[in-house]
Amino acid sequence: MTKNIMIVGVGGQGSLLASKLLGRLLLDAGFDVKVSEVHGMSQRGGSVVTYVRFGEKVYSPIIDKGEADYIVSFELLEAARYVEYLKPEGKIVVNTQTIDPMPVITGAMEYPENLVEKMQAKGIYVDAMDCLKLANEAGSSKAVNLVLMGKLSKYFDEIPEEKWIEAIKVCVPPKFVELNLKAFELGKNN
Amino acid sequence: MKQLMLGNQAFARGLYEAGCEVVSSYPGTPSTEVTEEAAKFEEIYCEWAPNEKVAMEVAFGASLAGKRSFCGMKHVGLNVAADPLYTAAYTGVNAGLVVCVADDAGMHSSQNEQDSRHHAIASKVPMLEPSDSAESLAFAKLAFEISEEFDTPVIMKMCTRVAHSQSVVEISDRVVPEMKAYEKNIQKYVMMPGNAIRRHPVVEERMKKLTEWAETCELNRVEKGGTSLGIITSSTSYQYAKEVYGEDASILKLGMVNPLPVKLIKDFADSVDRLIVIEELDPIIENHVKSLGIQVSGKDLLPICGEFSQNLIAKALGKEIPESVSLEDTMPARPPLMCAGCPHRGLFYVLSKNKVTVLGDIGCYTLGAVAPLSAMDMTLCMGASISSIHGFNKARGAETEGKTVAVIGDSTFMHSGMTGLANIAYNQSNSTVIILDNSITGMTGHQQNPTTGYNIKGDPAGKIDLEALCKAMGFERVRVVDPYNLEETEAAVKEELAVCEPSVIISRRPCALLKTVKHNAPYTCDKDKCKSCKACMRIGCPALSLKDGKVVVDATLCVGCGVCKQLCKFDALKEG
Repeated sequence: MTKNIMIVGVGGQGSLLASKLLGRLLLDAGFDVKVSEVHGMSQRGGSVVTYVRFGEKVYSPIIDKGEADYIVSFELLEAARYVEYLKPEGKIVVNTQTIDPMPVITGAMEYPENLVEKMQAKGIYVDAMDCLKLANEAGSSKAVNLVLMGKLSKYFDEIPEEKWIEAIKVCVPPKFVELNLKAFELGKNN
Repeated sequence: MKQLMLGNQAFARGLYEAGCEVVSSYPGTPSTEVTEEAAKFEEIYCEWAPNEKVAMEVAFGASLAGKRSFCGMKHVGLNVAADPLYTAAYTGVNAGLVVCVADDAGMHSSQNEQDSRHHAIASKVPMLEPSDSAESLAFAKLAFEISEEFDTPVIMKMCTRVAHSQSVVEISDRVVPEMKAYEKNIQKYVMMPGNAIRRHPVVEERMKKLTEWAETCELNRVEKGGTSLGIITSSTSYQYAKEVYGEDASILKLGMVNPLPVKLIKDFADSVDRLIVIEELDPIIENHVKSLGIQVSGKDLLPICGEFSQNLIAKALGKEIPESVSLEDTMPARPPLMCAGCPHRGLFYVLSKNKVTVLGDIGCYTLGAVAPLSAMDMTLCMGASISSIHGFNKARGAETEGKTVAVIGDSTFMHSGMTGLANIAYNQSNSTVIILDNSITGMTGHQQNPTTGYNIKGDPAGKIDLEALCKAMGFERVRVVDPYNLEETEAAVKEELAVCEPSVIISRRPCALLKTVKHNAPYTCDKDKCKSCKACMRIGCPALSLKDGKVVVDATLCVGCGVCKQLCKFDALKEG
């Protein structure tokens, strides 16, 4: 059975490292893996989606509506935007940080309120946390991705923590390993 | 060892393993990483050429000289390189010549979604189409063999979902074939009428042989899955079809999409009750199947526009799709936009404020069209800003000359802006051209170009002086402004629009995302001084937002460019 993880956020937030880490981790765990990324224009501050799929044999590189087991979101509005992609029994792991999109900046629209509560009211499992705060605690606002990965790791009983740590060490430049491991731990334990 | 690779990275690995020695390309999403990854191999000479036509001619020259060569580009790039391609089909090659063209169904980062298979058909060049990274690697190697065996360039067509998806590959060692001897052969390589007349039948004969080869080659395969439904497909559509049908349909998976086999398709059609072609964009396989007198479904069920997905195919073919939940709120869209600190922002603010008609071009700065700046009237293709402003002003004369500009980036100017500028210098229109020199090719992810002074490996290289170039063409009025300085920029735009002669403004400031650019401390807003006039919000900077009516600066985004401060009459925005 293929499992699907969608990573969503705003261009420039660092989702490519998260997908690189997951790809490495899942391949090492013996799965067939496909990771689909967005490059080019969409990256420029736009809504960015990365698909990670794993299982015995994966065909399509993308995740469609109603197929995601997990949505990992770097930003609150982006989690809500892609809710339709979640399986009814799927889980959302979300950083509660908000980044105003241009229609909100120009005043044409309001940033929707109480999104976590609205998702929960639909029966969706939402694991929400201020990951930016924890990333800063770890030493850099850029470590939000590893805080989120730490949080996601709690739902993967079949993959032991050492495997995550191994993958982090491979995917992160040596001088940032300590910082990222700390961010991972903070995400896992909060 | 198994590893995950992007389709483009696997393609580059294939070039390496096949012993490719010369690579010349122009960046374009989603093709860029093939060349970037190839450049990481010391053994391969790699370069960014000024445009795709030049790149293909460089690769052709290397092939002629006897070494395996490659050039890569996006779909619209092949339009630029079509000229050498169509005649290289006549000359054939010496050592293998492989061309990558990457289509962008869904237009994630493109101005159109043309189907490059038409170019393969029209130029009579074989085209391979991988469906994942493992095939990208394997097909790249095979492409060189086909190129040398059939004496032809070979195109490998990627698409966004193959190019930018990682899947599992296994690598092997590089094998460099012996360099081919170069022998003068006027009849084969000098394409003047007398020789080309003799080469055209060679092309036709070659396509016949390739069609025969396509009947049994390993690129095309049948996967049996019952007789009730047969699917003919290729590329990423194959993956979607497998996702939907698994083993419940028979599939003819085509790895070579030009030329298409005949007997293989007829036999496959005979083996199933119902036949469907699943292909993105135009009905090329479908029309071929129909031309064989075979009844087939395709675009009667599936769209021509946009990219496919498993749900799209399932729904179109009457299968169930998964349930999902949604929220009632209308979510504000989050379109791509110019980054905080983008040097283009100040210029577009000035153009917007002065209600200037802006003929635009292809690059990050196309985002100048996005609200609230909305400072663009036209974007067509690489270089069209400069050529079009000349036509625009010739049509309307003084009426538009004083309030119209062309804007073009440094890399796009090198690509195909120079010829348009030569036309203005030669045929004399009072046009104002603004070159947005951010010292890099931005949109495709920071590639060097002839104006940056560095090559693809980051080593020092030749550097073209834009001011000297424009002056050499005969422009008397060439001036440089800093787009972070709104007053200076506005004065320059107004003056150059007012004069009755052609002029060039170089708006110069390196891309804020470049690692070499030092950022200032983020700005802050003094809430007590902010009068909520929203003047600073007119520049559409993502680092600025309103909280309780007052402006707030996002310190994680702000790079301290200071453009917003210049718009604040109340001294509320402050450095550091």
